[in-house]
Amino acid sequence: MESVLALRGLVLLRDSVEWEGRSLLKALIKKAALGGEQVHILGCEVSEEEFRAGFDSSINSRLVYYDLFRDPLNWAQTGEALPGGPLGALQAMCERTDPGPVTVALDSLSWLLLRLPCAALCQALCAMSRQHACRGGGPAAEQLCVLGLLHRELHGPGPMGALSSLAQAEVTLSGTAGQASAHMLRRRPRQRPTLETLWFSVLPDLSLDLQGGPPLESQPHPDPHTPQVDPASHLTFNLHLSKREREAKDSLTLPFQFSSEKQQALLRPGPSPATSRIFYEPDAFDDLDPEDPDGDLDV
Amino acid sequence: MPTQMAASLCTTFSPSTSKGVSLTVARECGQLVFLEGLKSSVDVFFRAQAEPHPLQFLREANAENLQPLYEFVREALKPVDDGEAAWRCPVLLVDDLSVLLSLGMGAVAVLDFIHYCRATVCWERKGNIVALVHDSGDTEDEENNILLNGLSHQSHLILRAEGLATGFCRDVHGQLRILWRTPSQPTTQRDWSLTYQYKIQDKSVSFFAKGMSPAVL
Repeated sequence: MESVLALRGLVLLRDSVEWEGRSLLKALIKKAALGGEQVHILGCEVSEEEFRAGFDSSINSRLVYYDLFRDPLNWAQTGEALPGGPLGALQAMCERTDPGPVTVALDSLSWLLLRLPCAALCQALCAMSRQHACRGGGPAAEQLCVLGLLHRELHGPGPMGALSSLAQAEVTLSGTAGQASAHMLRRRPRQRPTLETLWFSVLPDLSLDLQGGPPLESQPHPDPHTPQVDPASHLTFNLHLSKREREAKDSLTLPFQFSSEKQQALLRPGPSPATSRIFYEPDAFDDLDPEDPDGDLDV
Repeated sequence: MPTQMAASLCTTFSPSTSKGVSLTVARECGQLVFLEGLKSSVDVFFRAQAEPHPLQFLREANAENLQPLYEFVREALKPVDDGEAAWRCPVLLVDDLSVLLSLGMGAVAVLDFIHYCRATVCWERKGNIVALVHDSGDTEDEENNILLNGLSHQSHLILRAEGLATGFCRDVHGQLRILWRTPSQPTTQRDWSLTYQYKIQDKSVSFFAKGMSPAVL
């Protein structure tokens, strides 16, 4: 689990209708808060009350919450909406983070991606890490973690691919037989991507619990040299040729293949007399012209 | 005090034909506020343009959002002036959201409408929303898929009604899959999906376990 908790940079939490990801997001937020990091949350999909449920008061007091749920599009015109709409709220978050380790949670990135142009959102995410690096002493890669909740059924391959290319890690949630799993793909600079599968559950107090199930395995991205099973090994018919069959096949001349031997045979008059003749009985209506039809050609 | 129903947006049915509950009576005593979409849509074209109408988007060539429809819902939830108790635990029934897509609204506009309804009905008034969406199974209908999946992610309970895989049956009309979701709270028990089969009767529905229809037992 240390690998999950040590995530930095942009981390995509890809969930689905059957396997929701908000619990894991909250568990990671709790871990970050307990570790002394600043935690900023942009809440779009659920109310602040609902999001804060489950955190104890000491953690709730550490969370800086930006509420984009109540009036995201300023329909109420009460003046309480966050200025600048969703993009303005995201940019305002960037500016308010203090130097030092920060975890920013976007609940959800899907909500933003449906309402903002993909390019603008990607630029805002890049700007977030750049601005944080300028403000703080260390490289942004070590200091800033942006957790983005992404509902994978909602977006096409284009936007998903764009976000994947920016992400340092992708956690895809699924499960089987009532047990949730997280498939983690991590990209580190100058290293091969690593793929890891963790079986987990989130307890009611929002702490992460590793479950039994398939053991933890850490392996490099699929090895192209692993021996494959030969699909032609147990067939009831013969797919292979013997040596004699192969020689006979190679020496066969196809009837319509024009080779130099055939050309010579056509040009050379045959030594044997013609064995076939054509007999023609003209009809009463045939108009036979004894003159050579090609007589006027200068050949 | 009985639970009061706040608003019902209905495109095709009139109140009296709903099964099991006399909605006509509820409407008359003020318990039910009913917007009949089909009838109201005609009114839109015979009103002065300046007057707001919940289905105003039908008039506009490029309607960007369903804010007037949301304003109608919000107004319907406000307490009446004559001192009666405020609406408590209201229920918003929407039948159905796929029609809004057919009428030209985008999936995101419909999701925004439901978002604001959730903020008002569920969060502010502690009520519930029940919305109907059609799933044609057409993977190429991107707008409907976005609407369906977007709503699913916001829902605490999903009821999927579908026909039987084996075809039409006189005694079993379909199958209902119930999926509980807790979008914010973790649960240690992960068995949250049930499947029942059902038969629609005159004013009610009877449910039974798969293969346990009274007709075959």
